[in-house]
Amino acid sequence: MPTPTSQSSESDLYTPLTGAPLTAGQLPRGAAPLTLAIVALAALGLWQFADWSPAGAAVVGALVYTAVIYLWSRVVEGPRKATDRLVTAVVTCAFLLALLPLISVVVTVLSNGLARFDTEFFSYSMRGIVGEGGGAYHAIMGTLIITALAALISVPVGLLTAVYLVEYGRGKLAKAITFFVDVMTGIPSIVAGLFAYALFALIFGPGVRMGIMGAIALSVLMIPVVVRSTEEMLKLVPNELREASYALAVPKWRTIVKVVLPTALAGIATGVTLAIARVIGETAPLLITVGITSSDNFNPFDGRMATLSVFSYYEYVNPGVPPQFSLDRAWAAALTLIIIVMVLNLVARLISRLFAPKTRA
Amino acid sequence: MAKRIEVKDLDIYYDKFLAVQGVSMTIQPRSVTALIGPSGCGKSTFLRTLNRMHELVPNARVDGKIFMDDDDLYGAAVDPVNVRRQIGMVFQRPNPFPTMSIYDNVAAGLKLNNKRLRKAEMDEVVERALSAANLWEEVKDRLPKPGSGLSGGQQQRLCIARAIAVQPDVLLMDEPCSALDPISTQAIEDLMLELKEKYTIVIVTHNMQQAARVSDMTGFFNLRGVGQPGELVEIDETTKIFSTPSKKATEDYISGRFG
Ligand SMILES: Nc1ncnc2c1ncn2[C@@H]1O[C@H](COP(=O)(O)OP(=O)(O)OP(=O)(O)O)[C@@H](O)[C@H]1O
Ligand SMILES: [Mg+2]
Repeated sequence: MPTPTSQSSESDLYTPLTGAPLTAGQLPRGAAPLTLAIVALAALGLWQFADWSPAGAAVVGALVYTAVIYLWSRVVEGPRKATDRLVTAVVTCAFLLALLPLISVVVTVLSNGLARFDTEFFSYSMRGIVGEGGGAYHAIMGTLIITALAALISVPVGLLTAVYLVEYGRGKLAKAITFFVDVMTGIPSIVAGLFAYALFALIFGPGVRMGIMGAIALSVLMIPVVVRSTEEMLKLVPNELREASYALAVPKWRTIVKVVLPTALAGIATGVTLAIARVIGETAPLLITVGITSSDNFNPFDGRMATLSVFSYYEYVNPGVPPQFSLDRAWAAALTLIIIVMVLNLVARLISRLFAPKTRA
Repeated sequence: MAKRIEVKDLDIYYDKFLAVQGVSMTIQPRSVTALIGPSGCGKSTFLRTLNRMHELVPNARVDGKIFMDDDDLYGAAVDPVNVRRQIGMVFQRPNPFPTMSIYDNVAAGLKLNNKRLRKAEMDEVVERALSAANLWEEVKDRLPKPGSGLSGGQQQRLCIARAIAVQPDVLLMDEPCSALDPISTQAIEDLMLELKEKYTIVIVTHNMQQAARVSDMTGFFNLRGVGQPGELVEIDETTKIFSTPSKKATEDYISGRFG
């Protein structure tokens, strides 16, 4: 097919493109998805029937698919479209590969957790249970109470910090706060647990265990996330809105409360919900600060409490005989936790849709 | 109600950058004063010093004095919020509050300041402001709908309604018609002529015909040179500026535009 550039060997950028044909070779419609489906099926076959490891089969499948679609397109469609196909294929494969562990986790937790996902699990504690039966009612309530307390501490602190940083903070202090918030984002959760434990051990002596300690440990993890997300959302509020408010003789604090925060509310609420989802499954800090108990304790200021993550952990490491009943409970607890996180994520989406500034009604 | 504004030797800075230098002028009450000049010469900057919006930019400051009747606007004991209560502003770009309905946008000046009015009174304020801004007929059936759902020109008129709903003594308008069609522009110009019976109005405009049509006084700003601060070249009666300006630069600028 003659193209203007191939006519002259010194490719002249200024050659008019008038002679270029408007049509070019094209792969049949749906070529890419069909190839992908065939390669995926082949990889599945390799895993199931040829004893390949699933990871190996997936990686080889991705490579084969990319190579096939690139070469095919290069022959039929030419180099420019082939490059486009190549990049699209790489992105698609990366996405699918990243999805595999997630699917695997969901499938495993579902298949193991459904055995005990029953009403007894949600209405009984483990008081006096040695073998079969029992439930995680106490742990579910414990998780909800401790996480709610953590949110109660973190949201005001984080929100006000972000407001300070965006609306008032200038100079050294603001820079220092930003720096330490960034550092806090990276601290391992076990350190947060040890911090809360050490703090309370100073006051109440060693060996102390309380729900509130766990809430404080979790808020150490949660505050930087809330600050960060709120800060980003407040920065997105156009300065013109603040100026419009000032020009109406509205004082600064009222501008923040009535104009800036409502405008950013959707984003802030989403950020907070995601921060909660982030800490609700924490295990290590709760293991140190809250411990575990087999009976109902819903008072966060008095002694050990059960939480889903720690419950799951203990059921797994200290199973009874036979161990199956404990393991089933551990998986059911893990499944419950995943569902709670999923619901929180859905709530976050709902919130952002409900509170988002509306343009059309 | 209307107040006279007197500016004396005003230098305006953004941090160390001197944006506008040595402005002195008197703005008469019950009149429209137009400010014209090339882009970047400091018209918006100057306008924002009149209601102390300029200092909201970090490190921005002014030297010199501005008096409103006999009050020094930059006096030590003056609260900028009180200044802005008396001097309203319409911005170059429309900026309605996206979380508020059309009704609430117009009522914002009162509601955000916790002025408690009875529902009927508030309705009347809103209707009067919207009618004055020539928007009432277009939005009267959808007052509870969000303000950001309006067209650009409608949004600008909404912002004008919002500014006049609080009945300021002085109204500053930064290119209020640059996003409007001729019909809305006409309406805003009529509004200015109407408002000047009671208020003091200062507008910035790039539209010479508009300046000639609506203003009583016209001030011409110019840059002294590239990288130099802007300055007020002259301010005089509009008819004089557009027929026999006393400075060469003014004549060049105006005739350049009119060909
Ligand atoms: N926030 C700011 N920080 C620093 N410099 C600024 C800021 N705003 C404006 N300036 C500068 O001040 C000068 C005057 O700007 P200004 O916006 O007042 O011009 P203008 O006359 O309103 O122009 P236009 O007609 O294009 O609106 C320009 O040199 C501009 O770069
Ligand atoms: Mg301007």
